[in-house]
Amino acid sequence: MDLKEKLVSSFLAFENKGGIDLDSNTHSIRSKAIQNFEKDGFPTKKDEEWKYTSLKPLLKNDFSLFPETEKSIGFKNIEDYLINDIESYKLIFIDGVFSSFLSDTTHDECDVCVLSSALTRPKYKMVVDNYFNTIAKNNNSLSELNTAFAKEGAFVNIPKNTILAKPIQILNFSTGSEKEVMLQPRNLVVVGENSHVQIIERHQNLSKNTTLTNAVTEIFVHKRAIVDYYKIQNDTDDSSLIDSTFVSQKQQSVASVHTYSFGGKIIRNNLEFYHEGEHITSHLNGISILNDKQHVDNHTLVNHKFPNCESHELYKGIYADKSTGVFNGKVIVQQAAQKTNAFQQNNNILIDDGATINAKPQLEIFADDVKCSHGCTIGQLDESALFYMQSRGIPKKEAKALLLFAFGNDVVEKIKIPQLKSRITKLIAKNLGVELGFDL
Amino acid sequence: MNKFTEDDLKKELETKEYEYGFYTDIEADKFPIGLNEDVVIAISRKKNEPEWMTEWRLEAFKVWKEMKEPEWANVRYEKPKFQEISYYSAPIQKPKLDSLDQVDPELLKTFEKLGISIDEQKRLSNVAVDIVIDSVSVATTFKKTLNEKGIIFCPISEAIQEHPELVRKHLGTIVPTTDNFYAALNSAVFSDGSFCYIPKGVTCPMELSTYFRINEGGTGQFERTLVIADEGSFVSYLEGCTAPARDENQLHAAVVELIALDNAEIKYSTVQNWFPGDKEGKGGVFNFVTKRGLCEKNAKISWTQVETGSAVTWKYPSCVLKGDNSVGEFYSIAVTNNFQQADTGTKMIHLGKNTKSTIISKGVSAGKSQNSYRGLVQIGPRAHNARNFSQCDSLLMGDQCGAHTFPYIEVKNKSAQIEHEATTSKIGEDQLFYCNQRGIDTEKAIALIVNGFSKEVLNKLPMEFAVEAQKLLEISLEGSVG
Repeated sequence: MDLKEKLVSSFLAFENKGGIDLDSNTHSIRSKAIQNFEKDGFPTKKDEEWKYTSLKPLLKNDFSLFPETEKSIGFKNIEDYLINDIESYKLIFIDGVFSSFLSDTTHDECDVCVLSSALTRPKYKMVVDNYFNTIAKNNNSLSELNTAFAKEGAFVNIPKNTILAKPIQILNFSTGSEKEVMLQPRNLVVVGENSHVQIIERHQNLSKNTTLTNAVTEIFVHKRAIVDYYKIQNDTDDSSLIDSTFVSQKQQSVASVHTYSFGGKIIRNNLEFYHEGEHITSHLNGISILNDKQHVDNHTLVNHKFPNCESHELYKGIYADKSTGVFNGKVIVQQAAQKTNAFQQNNNILIDDGATINAKPQLEIFADDVKCSHGCTIGQLDESALFYMQSRGIPKKEAKALLLFAFGNDVVEKIKIPQLKSRITKLIAKNLGVELGFDL
Repeated sequence: MNKFTEDDLKKELETKEYEYGFYTDIEADKFPIGLNEDVVIAISRKKNEPEWMTEWRLEAFKVWKEMKEPEWANVRYEKPKFQEISYYSAPIQKPKLDSLDQVDPELLKTFEKLGISIDEQKRLSNVAVDIVIDSVSVATTFKKTLNEKGIIFCPISEAIQEHPELVRKHLGTIVPTTDNFYAALNSAVFSDGSFCYIPKGVTCPMELSTYFRINEGGTGQFERTLVIADEGSFVSYLEGCTAPARDENQLHAAVVELIALDNAEIKYSTVQNWFPGDKEGKGGVFNFVTKRGLCEKNAKISWTQVETGSAVTWKYPSCVLKGDNSVGEFYSIAVTNNFQQADTGTKMIHLGKNTKSTIISKGVSAGKSQNSYRGLVQIGPRAHNARNFSQCDSLLMGDQCGAHTFPYIEVKNKSAQIEHEATTSKIGEDQLFYCNQRGIDTEKAIALIVNGFSKEVLNKLPMEFAVEAQKLLEISLEGSVG
């Protein structure tokens, strides 16, 4: 039985097991989603959007869809993956199940809790009805699949005029107590007017088993709110991630999504911004540093519907060994979106001959009074700069790493949490195979 | 004031009728409509083609029958009904010409209307003109001069008769019959086109030029061009098109193959101004063209195109940079107005070492038109030190039109250096203001700016062609180009 059939056939069991009220709104959303998935199935390379990324090697695995809950994981096991030197709210999921004793939630000034309670408790019915699956709907077959099995994940609901003092860390661990695991976390983030939140998200495999994560995050940013969302993707070579993030922005809001891809077998990021008001600013930043046979595919979409908005996109990639990078950045400026400023930049360095980069920066513009540009470069390190550093006594490896580090620094500079910045800096140094004796 | 002038300009653009819309009244020898194997064989017979050519066409037809029309392009149109087109039309009188006196006076008038008098061309500009009216060449000038150098420049039908070895060896090697829907169709039914062979080490002493017209109402036009530049040779080839205004959509599916052997250089320039449809978007030519060139060692192919016409354009002149140190260039300006749609660009396939390519694409959209750039830059694993520079700029006039870019960049070699840049903008008010300040009125200022915007490409056109290109730009954006 292939994975698609398996998923479709286990849908009923899933709903029964979850004790889902068959009259509820979520039930009808799920049923519709599974129907859509059944119709479209997994995307293939024939789809224009999946031209450079094949899911085939993943789909032949016999994934366990509802893994047994692993209870033996303690703080020791996960400590390394947290950013510990700051106070933060923590939402920790082990094999898709919320771990209350490792987590640190709140309901005081805002709701930082789990989606399962939001979906079932009447208190949150309004929020769920208004937001859940409104932007992810009918988008692609994989997010439909996630919707069908949406059960657990982070639920962040920030009321008006709240500036969250502590960032939120969302961590999804897979332990592989069973052989191959497929996880489908679902996050919902609603940020009220004038509020401000910072979120750090990470997916981590604690074992050597194959994991496939199909995550969907919906983020709603209300008037004048500010959201910073950081995604750390530094998983083992057995783990694959399909991460779809949808951001809906109201007027004068500022949303930034930062993606740091350092490891994983196949990573596919779908990042989509939808504008629902004027004077919106969107930032999309990303850096990929890959080696071995890793594959990262960054698909972004910024859909400008209203006048006077801005989007800034900056993606950098460093590809070594036989790794593959894909960048597909789409900017749509609709006719009403006059005075739009949309900038997109994609810079790549190939370190080894086996590495590949496929880039497709795409602009679709229907308005005339706009400033839109995109730039894409592929190149290599400046030999003379390298020589200069070597002549000053810096070993080649370090010199190379320094230059690469400088190349990626534009993206790292945009991190607003100092502790996170130093963590990312260290991760980059580690990936470049050097110890950088400085903190930035 | 500025607004007034732009509106004014827009109105003028909209109401501007196709100036070159005329219809030459020559009796044509026409096939019944529809397409099947018999028609393919009949075309081949009509041309008195050898057996292998007929086979080749039938093979292509077989492939075509299995193929589906491509739908990925960013254009919307009512698909041509392939069974309602006549696949062959040729002027009935086919005079054997040594001088222009023998040319049908009606034809000569046609050219006069276009402002390209053959006499004048012959006398003043030193251009050899191989005139194609409805698929059959009726006049070839300067043949003698070319003959002395050993250059073969003739209709492809003649080449099939007289140089079968060359045609057979190269035809379909760059654009195989199976390449795409329209290339397969063209291979099956092409009626005529041009053939050009430049022998080793010869620099062609003049610009070679063909004028294509679509003339007979309801006929599809399927041109086939094959240009071979042997080792160390150079040729500059010009192709220009205007078509009479017709109400029904006309289909044009041409194939152009260029072969540049070691150290050779081909410069291929196109000015295309087929009927774009009227301001309601009615009528107009469908232009689905496959153009591709192959570069061997140290060879160079340069495509320059000025696209102002056609209701729908689907065209990607490409370079396969097979040999080491070969160079590919693409300079394009595409102007769309009213309901025109253009999806055009290039493919640069880098296979050899130290290969270089440059892409400069300029799009101007006005009215309700859609203008897309679609390009591919591919660096193969063995293409060490490949270099590409791409730039695509779009200029939008009015808020009803669209400009799109779909660049694909695929790199499999670490030593590659790729730069891609795209911008979209409208004519800046500050630029206009600056011009006004210097005593240049707004209309002239717009002309100046658009001219400057397209200069990089216009400059690449051969001198003889630049004048006509300028003229064609004027028709598309009258009032804005001075």
